[in-house]
Order: sequence, then structure tokens, then C-alpha cells
Amino acid sequence: MSNSEPVTSFMAESPGAPANADVAAYAIRLGDDALILSHRLSEWSAHAPQIEEDIALANIALDLLGQARSLLSYGGSFSGRSEDDLAYLREERRFTNLQLTELENGNFAVTMIRQLLFSCYQRELYRDLESSRDAQLAAIAAKAVKEVAYHVEHARTWIIRLGDGTELSHDRTQAALETVWPFSHEMFEDDELAHRIADLGVAPLPSSLRPAWLGAVQDILTEATLSLPGDEWKPSGGRKGMHTEGFGYLLAEMQHLHRSHPGARW
Amino acid sequence: MTVATGSDLERLAALRLAAARVPDPEIPVLTIADLGILRDVRFAADGSPEVVLTPTYSGCPATEAIRQDVLDQTRDVDPQVRVVIELAPAWTTDWITEDGRAKLRDYGIAPPRPTRTGPVPVRLGSRPTGAEMADQPARCPRCGSSDTELISQFGSTPCKSLRRCRSCAEPFDEFKSL
Repeated sequence: MSNSEPVTSFMAESPGAPANADVAAYAIRLGDDALILSHRLSEWSAHAPQIEEDIALANIALDLLGQARSLLSYGGSFSGRSEDDLAYLREERRFTNLQLTELENGNFAVTMIRQLLFSCYQRELYRDLESSRDAQLAAIAAKAVKEVAYHVEHARTWIIRLGDGTELSHDRTQAALETVWPFSHEMFEDDELAHRIADLGVAPLPSSLRPAWLGAVQDILTEATLSLPGDEWKPSGGRKGMHTEGFGYLLAEMQHLHRSHPGARW
Repeated sequence: MTVATGSDLERLAALRLAAARVPDPEIPVLTIADLGILRDVRFAADGSPEVVLTPTYSGCPATEAIRQDVLDQTRDVDPQVRVVIELAPAWTTDWITEDGRAKLRDYGIAPPRPTRTGPVPVRLGSRPTGAEMADQPARCPRCGSSDTELISQFGSTPCKSLRRCRSCAEPFDEFKSL
């Protein structure tokens, strides 16, 4: 952050606030997804299996953080809250990210399966949002969709390498897929807000994204010699503020500096 | 440098000149004009001059530094100036000028290859990746060979990937096509 200017977000000068509370809440949902996954990925810094991968995960985390800043600044502007207010001063139950994005990193295969499922979802979502009636969401999506294309490629390359690799890497990646897969269903849930947003022409119904997502994911899994898990268990609740056990620890780490030293600057 | 009583057009031209000189903090041989992220210099509805920038990547940390640098450079010209960040239309590496590309090559960074329009397709083959899919081969900025390979799509900054030259064996950065 700059040292002589007040620490206001560079996004603060973006034109206009969301048209209504629903659009604001929707932007915050997407912002929370990007913020929380960004934080999880940043936990790999200095722990990834090779230095190039360390850098790659940090870069992807940075892209997501940038998307989160745009989305949270925009969503928060409706109620006069800054991106920092939203990221650092909300309690666990106020976060509306998908549970998938908060899942603990696990081994590298778990992280890469989570990346594959989420990046393919984000690609479908942003492609659609590019033609949103909401100009700011369309602009954010048009920018982010190009970044996400690289995230998909990165995850795809790793999943094929791991799945179609040694017996050990294959088994671990299949196990990772079984672990993460149930949480993918929440990405495509149509709740009341999603319906209202779709009716406004602001965003697609989440369920409408699943066929294209599933096709893309399935092709990659097939090439990786991995098999699609069953769809029995569909955990959910992130959009309502219900989170997994690990989420509280994530927030504690993410928020403690800001809460301990309110208004601190570099 | 001050603008005395020039016309509005002269004021804008002076601002543009000052803003265009600001170097990119990560790749200082390039100015923000070379990069194509200086999008406009204009008068806002309230009459204040504003410099319009667009970020390279959503999370590029240099954006804040560039914004401050532009403000510092243009305030002398016009103390009323504002710096505005606009996301749309989204930046593409196709906006890097020919001059900028030559500077990158001289600096040891392979310039970006032309982007394809439309979304990057998911390929079934195991080899091609985002950066590999550009139509032209990436050339080694050191020896000029086109026999190069990708080491990692993510390099030292969000906008670069890491490659290796098979001819001279040197690793090098390539500006990613975006």
C-alpha cells in the first residue's frame, strides 16, 4: 500500500454502488469465495512441493485476492462498508463463501482437486457474468475470466500428472476427489437470492452452470484416469453463514492483526 | 512544469505527457504508456482532470504504486488531478506497444505473443497449456531461438511465466498473453 496517501482502496473510485441490496449481497458472496480460497492458497507459501509451485499458488492466490477486493469493495459500497470492514471485521456467521473454498488444504492432491473444481466453476460463472446487466460485475468478470483460464490450465495439468502418475499419486488424488466432491454441489444451489438475482438479469442461476462445468471436469478426470464419485452427500450452508470447523481458525489467522491493531498502516 | 493559461487541450496534453513517463515499478524499462495501462486523460463531469488507468491483473500489487506515482508526477502539472482505475475494457497484452515489446526483449523478457480472441479452450491433449496455445512460438530473448519450453505458467510477477531455452539452456521470463 502507498505510504503518503490515506489507505483507501484504489477501488473506492469505481463508479456507482450496486443497484440494490440483493446485488450487493451477491457481489459479497462471490467476493467471499475468492477471499477465502485466496487465503487458503496463501497458506502454501514456503510449503509447496517445489519452488515453481510455491510461486504458482501464490500467484493464483493473488489473482483471487484482487478479484475479492473488487467484489467486496463493490458489494460493500451499498452499505458504506469498505473491503477491509468486510474482510476483517465480520464474524464467522456473516461470511457467505461456499464451504468448498474454506476446506483445509490437506495434501497437495486435495488442494489441486479443490482448485480444479472451483476454477472450472469460476470460469463458467465469469463467462456468463461478462454479459451481466450490472456493468461493474460484468467488468470484474471480464477481467477475471482471463486469469481463471490460467488457473484451470494449472489445475488440469497437475490433476492429469497426479491421477495418471504413479499408483500412490493416483490413489491419493482419487481419495482427494472423494473428499472434496460432495462440497462441489453447493456451487450450483439455487437459493432465493440466486433466483432474485437471475430474475434481474444480473447473474445466471447457479444450477444452469453445472452441465458445462461437469463436462469440462469430467473430460479432465477421464484423462487423469480418475473416476467420478457418487452424488449422495451434498453438504451445504456456506451461503447462509454455516461453515466447517476449520473456518474459525482461518478467520482467526486472517483477522487477528487487523483486530489487534485497528487502523494500523505500513 | 506548470501549465499557465493554456487551453484545456494543452492541459490534458501536459498531463498525458507527465503520466506517460511513469515507469512500471516491476519492469522499470517500460512506462505505463508502453504497457497500455494508461487508458485516458480527460475532464470529469465536475471539470477536474483525471488520469484513467487499468490494472494488468486484478490483484497486481503494482497497481497501487503506479497510482501513487502517477499522482505524484501529474500533481505538479495540475494539483486538481485525480487518478481513476477502470476495469473495463479489460487490459490485454495486445495493448503493449511495439516500442514496449522491443524494450522487453532487450531487458531479457520475451514479449507476449498475440492473444486469441475468445475464451481459452480446455484441451484434451496433455501438452498444450494456456501459454503454449498462442500461435507463435516463444523466442528466447537471449539467443533468439524458438526452441523453448515452459517451466511454469506462473513466474516472478502475475504477468510473467517461466520458460527455458533448449538452445542456449538459459531460463527466461515470458510476458504471459492475456
